[in-house]
Amino acid sequence: MDELLKILNRNALETPENIAKMLNVPVSEVKNRIAEYERSGIIRGYQAILNEDQLELDRVTAVIEVKVTPEREGGFNRVSMRISRFPEVQSVYLMSGAYDLLLFVSGKDLKEVALFVSEKLATLDGVLSTSTHFMLKTYKQHGVLMEKETEDERLQVSP
Amino acid sequence: MNDFKSPRDFIADHVRDIPRSGIRDFFDIVSTRKDVISLGIGEPDFDTPWHVRESTVFALERGATHYTSNMGLLELRRALSKYVRKTFNVSYDAEKEILITVGVSEALDIALRALLNPGDEVLYHEPCYVSYRADVIFAHGIPLTVNTRMEDGFRLTRAMLEEKITPRTKLLLLNFPNNPTGAILPEADVREIAEFAKKHNLIVITDEIYAEMTYDGRHVSIASMPGMKERTIFLHGFSKAWAMTGFRLGYACAPAEFTEAMMKVHQYTMLCAPTPSQKAAVEALTNPERDIRLMTAEYEKRRNLLVSAFEGMGIPCSRPAGAFYAFPCIRQFGIGSKDFALRLLDEENVAVVPGSAFGECGEGFVRCAYATSMDNLKEALARISRFVGKLKAKSK
Ligand SMILES: Cc1ncc(COP(=O)(O)O)c(C=O)c1O
Repeated sequence: MDELLKILNRNALETPENIAKMLNVPVSEVKNRIAEYERSGIIRGYQAILNEDQLELDRVTAVIEVKVTPEREGGFNRVSMRISRFPEVQSVYLMSGAYDLLLFVSGKDLKEVALFVSEKLATLDGVLSTSTHFMLKTYKQHGVLMEKETEDERLQVSP
Repeated sequence: MNDFKSPRDFIADHVRDIPRSGIRDFFDIVSTRKDVISLGIGEPDFDTPWHVRESTVFALERGATHYTSNMGLLELRRALSKYVRKTFNVSYDAEKEILITVGVSEALDIALRALLNPGDEVLYHEPCYVSYRADVIFAHGIPLTVNTRMEDGFRLTRAMLEEKITPRTKLLLLNFPNNPTGAILPEADVREIAEFAKKHNLIVITDEIYAEMTYDGRHVSIASMPGMKERTIFLHGFSKAWAMTGFRLGYACAPAEFTEAMMKVHQYTMLCAPTPSQKAAVEALTNPERDIRLMTAEYEKRRNLLVSAFEGMGIPCSRPAGAFYAFPCIRQFGIGSKDFALRLLDEENVAVVPGSAFGECGEGFVRCAYATSMDNLKEALARISRFVGKLKAKSK
């Protein structure tokens, strides 16, 4: 992956000026490349990584395995796109193995998510079965640990 | 009454006469303060790769808590033989030419003790790692130094060595990429220095602990030059490239007779390197490229940021091509490097190491290690910039 993307992927707030210094290229080039990535759709957006457990939100997240019948033309794409458009659905992945789609769905409480599954998801044409697991605690997401790591234990000056 | 005076009188002269390390003095001051951002740390900020830590725990569970053979685990020596051949282009026999040690620190010590007779000279370049001088003296050798200069990018050339060598010189000690300057030794210079060593019949001890952290150009080991394996003791370890300082694990590669001599010293003083650490090192060698690439890519970005920040402050700094140190020149401010470091600590809570800790010719410089997070580095640079702004305003 382009080093520029690696930097942004880790810290989207990094300024073009600093990125230019790190990569040893002109600032204008960094800005152009970022603009190009945004235009081409490689960069899809910038978000903060939240430790939601700490926020004590009234919110639950379920991981749902879905089996679907692929269509003659378009395979899994059409049904996946239909599922993806529901605002309750956070992420959708096509999987290999025992089921076809993996969804991350959030809602206010267990009941709300259950209702979504039984009324919206399971009733879609092409959906054969679903299996819902509720998430209890997040330890790590997007490569970031949700608990702060221990302090730097190195000696402050060493040879 | 016997005439017991003070414990000091009982300490061996050559030990007593070595001054305390400048680093230790400075450490004592820094450690009394809170919230310091330290660019004074000579070890990686990265955690040891998780698979290495995990397999160390597993090794302990399985009972890897006994001595190993004096030479070290054969499994590890075999893996090292492969790694060194692939990375440095020199072949060493795992059975007879590789000795596992407690860090490069021990490897250097036993190499010197195995080879030096009292009064033999060891030729090396300054600014350099703080232990060299003391290690040579502990082994009853005589340090003979050449000064590398910022103006030449801290390069070491054959001409500089030719000027200093005497008939009593037995060893040449090299360290590239260099602590504290970050300088590397380009292939053309390696060739010339190899010719120099052969011409004067010197044995070369080469400390290549930072080899994997080479950002510009390609690292070339002097041991790989024609006719050099016979006269080279190659030292390396896991501290830097794998971020394994606390494991205390290194190794020496050398022709069998040298290895055997070092083994004698090692056997009677150390017995063997820590067993869990040796197991960890075996794991570390299973996928070295991946672990090392992750860290070096990050160091390189920090290096670039640091160098361009000094440029922006008008502070001359030779572009370090390797290791994780920069060695900017602070002479323009008209204060010594120790003063500079103390005042920077006092006024801005940033720790750097006075260049004088790395040899007399390091005076006028400070060592900034970029083995710290990008955020810390940015904050430290902002503070240094403010500090030198004040110094400049005053000196006008
Ligand atoms: C040039 C050099 N050699 C040797 C060492 C010591 O390494 P080890 O941890 O393997 O004893 C260091 C550590 O800072 C170093 O910078």
